[in-house]
Amino acid sequence: MGLFKTAFNKIAQGLTKTRTGFVGGLRSVLAGKPISDGLLADLETRMIASDIGVATSRELVADLRAAWERGEIETGDQVLAYLKDQLRAYYPDEDRALRFAEPGAVTVILVSGINGSGKTTSIAKIAKSLRDEGKTVLLAACDTFRAAAVEQLEVWSQRLGVEVVKGKQGGDPAAVAFDACAAAVARGVDVLMVDTAGRLHTQDHLMRQLTKIRDICAKKVPGAPHEVILVLDATTGQNAINQAKVFTEAIDVSGIFLSKLDGTAKGGIVIAIREQLNVPVKFIGVGETPDDVEPFEPGAFVDAMFAE
Amino acid sequence: MFESLTDKFSGALRKLSGKGRITEANVCEAMDEVRTALLEADVHQEVVDSLTSSVVDKALGTEVLSSLQPGEQMVKIVYDELIELMGPEHSPMMLVDPGPTVVMMCGLQGSGKTTTCGKLATNLIKQGKSVMLAAADLQRPGAVHQLEVLAGQVREGEGGTTADGGDRVHFYAEMDKVAEYGKAIGAAVTVCRNALTEARKQHCDVLILDTAGRLHVNDELMDELKRVNQAVTPHQVYLVIDAMTGQDAVNSAKAFNEQLELDGVILTKFDSDTRGGAALSVKQVTGKPIKFIGIGEKLDALEEFHADRIASRILGMGDVLTLVEKAQEQVSQEEAEALQAKMAKGQMTMDDFLKQLQSIRKMGSMKSLLGMLPGMGSQLKDLPLDDSQINRTEAMIKSMTKAERGNASLLDGSRRRRIARGSGTSPNEVSQLVKGFEMVSQMTKQMSGMGMVSRLKAMSGLGPAALAGGQMPRLSGSTPQRKPKFKQRKRKSR
Repeated sequence: MGLFKTAFNKIAQGLTKTRTGFVGGLRSVLAGKPISDGLLADLETRMIASDIGVATSRELVADLRAAWERGEIETGDQVLAYLKDQLRAYYPDEDRALRFAEPGAVTVILVSGINGSGKTTSIAKIAKSLRDEGKTVLLAACDTFRAAAVEQLEVWSQRLGVEVVKGKQGGDPAAVAFDACAAAVARGVDVLMVDTAGRLHTQDHLMRQLTKIRDICAKKVPGAPHEVILVLDATTGQNAINQAKVFTEAIDVSGIFLSKLDGTAKGGIVIAIREQLNVPVKFIGVGETPDDVEPFEPGAFVDAMFAE
Repeated sequence: MFESLTDKFSGALRKLSGKGRITEANVCEAMDEVRTALLEADVHQEVVDSLTSSVVDKALGTEVLSSLQPGEQMVKIVYDELIELMGPEHSPMMLVDPGPTVVMMCGLQGSGKTTTCGKLATNLIKQGKSVMLAAADLQRPGAVHQLEVLAGQVREGEGGTTADGGDRVHFYAEMDKVAEYGKAIGAAVTVCRNALTEARKQHCDVLILDTAGRLHVNDELMDELKRVNQAVTPHQVYLVIDAMTGQDAVNSAKAFNEQLELDGVILTKFDSDTRGGAALSVKQVTGKPIKFIGIGEKLDALEEFHADRIASRILGMGDVLTLVEKAQEQVSQEEAEALQAKMAKGQMTMDDFLKQLQSIRKMGSMKSLLGMLPGMGSQLKDLPLDDSQINRTEAMIKSMTKAERGNASLLDGSRRRRIARGSGTSPNEVSQLVKGFEMVSQMTKQMSGMGMVSRLKAMSGLGPAALAGGQMPRLSGSTPQRKPKFKQRKRKSR
């Protein structure tokens, strides 16, 4: 899509800890050893420790065991190559680029997630990339609940030189979305990014509010929202799957922004999410500056995880 | 919160509890399921191993196998182990005298530090303390302002000002030190030192330092935190952890603990459906007690952590103690006795009903309250319990005349239609409210002889359908609907 510089090095950098944590550990376990029951059990333990999840880990190990019994693999080193193929198979080629409206029309990107997942920072990152690509961006500050959330987005808008539509603290976020959509159409911007308040997926009324915001966008701009991004904190454990499920029910999530991947020593939740949900991971956040975003490339991701 | 963990536990242990005799194989089989349940709940592997092996040891080594109720014995052993794991049972916050007691909050980005600062201040002010909130997060845009707004909200809340109008809540910030990410490292040290001087000058009892979120692997930022630690030597260093964190929770907690010598942990977002593995792991790995849990977005949504109560919740035994405490916070003894006398005579009015609803709402969300009843947790997760139903009920009651409120039997069809129009509901809903009200007054009349706990038990016996609006208290006009199961989205071919 020409939006991001595909930077294998950067992913590798962000994932260095992943490599030393998961793969480094794996390699020391596997290198130069023949496969045994103990080795497979150890492998499973390490996968679970990487947040891959109990079920997925057992599945992967069961596959390995079957391949071993068929005589396809014999040594620990082959296990590594086999695992890499397996993980790649989880990520078939699919369109992970952002979806845009017809040329000339406004593209609406709705961004949601639980409290503290990194929505606002992630929006700044995507907005900067779009701006750098020459697109005009408008931000909608629909987090009218949390103290100073609007200000947080405003600071980003000033730093990035993009405009922002805001409402009053405590006001109706759907009304802000309504105004923002109208403003986006009137000003003829290319992309409107809607920031929403963080909400726990267990709060039914807040999830309904989110559906309402989505519906307002759809009403005001034909075909909107073109992209519905769920921001997931990569340090989250198995609960990330629940989050993804409930948000998808509410607003039909079209892509995941996996944030804070520089913080965790494990990247396993990505595999668990892919395994259980049909929502592609579109971006990964690997740092705190607006440049620290990468499109999610399963090939590069797996390569980086398993690079020598 | 702990619901699915509770499900799994009860499933595995139920298998045991029906049995008259339990063999070693039975125990190991059940513990295997418990092990999987714990792992799926994000409990750290090492912790899982030590818990299961010590439960098995105790179960096999003691009287469980020969006891009359081996299943119950097993539950008791697991319960004790859980408390051991998360305990001490209750670890209150220590304050120094003379003040200020300096409290430093730290943690990863997005764990909920700033909100927790506001909650902690609210908690302290309720105890009659004066608090200064100092903004030492200079890098996240809007963080300083967020804390300032929170300080304002705390001040407006209960006990925010002294009897003579003096301020109990102070806010300290140095706006000129705020900078972009990575450009203000070290400035927080000065801010914190100045805040302490200011807190002494204002004679604050507690100074709370809100530091910026940082990764435990970011040496530069961790070093800044160490320097703050040296400069102001806080009495309490709290690590704020998102209760939804996975296996990594232990790693970050360990790193913070090694560098800062933590005094305690605060778990946030505990009102989500996280299985809470972090809660079980962090104490075990760092050896530091869990001090508080955050259970909502409002400023009073901070509870002291009680390991025994959480253990009962995990095992589906309910948490009646917390519920009783919450009730006592809202309703005075005299009020309760007056109402009880009325109820005993069957003289409860709609006004009393409304008052009760309002005090229930002050106690927290319906879901969180019902979740504390024994055996309720796992049944609640699919119920669309909504606090706006209380609002509707309130609207209906407020649309009634004084006479109607005092005597529900006045409510004929015409009056019900008027009330429905006045409250924006349907006559059907009004009828259901009246019916529900009659049932409640009937029931309270019968129950008035019982104590608090047996009353709650009697209510929980009604089952979730009744509580959601089947019979009592009829809060909603709609029948409870189960949420549709999640459907896998069809992959779009592009």
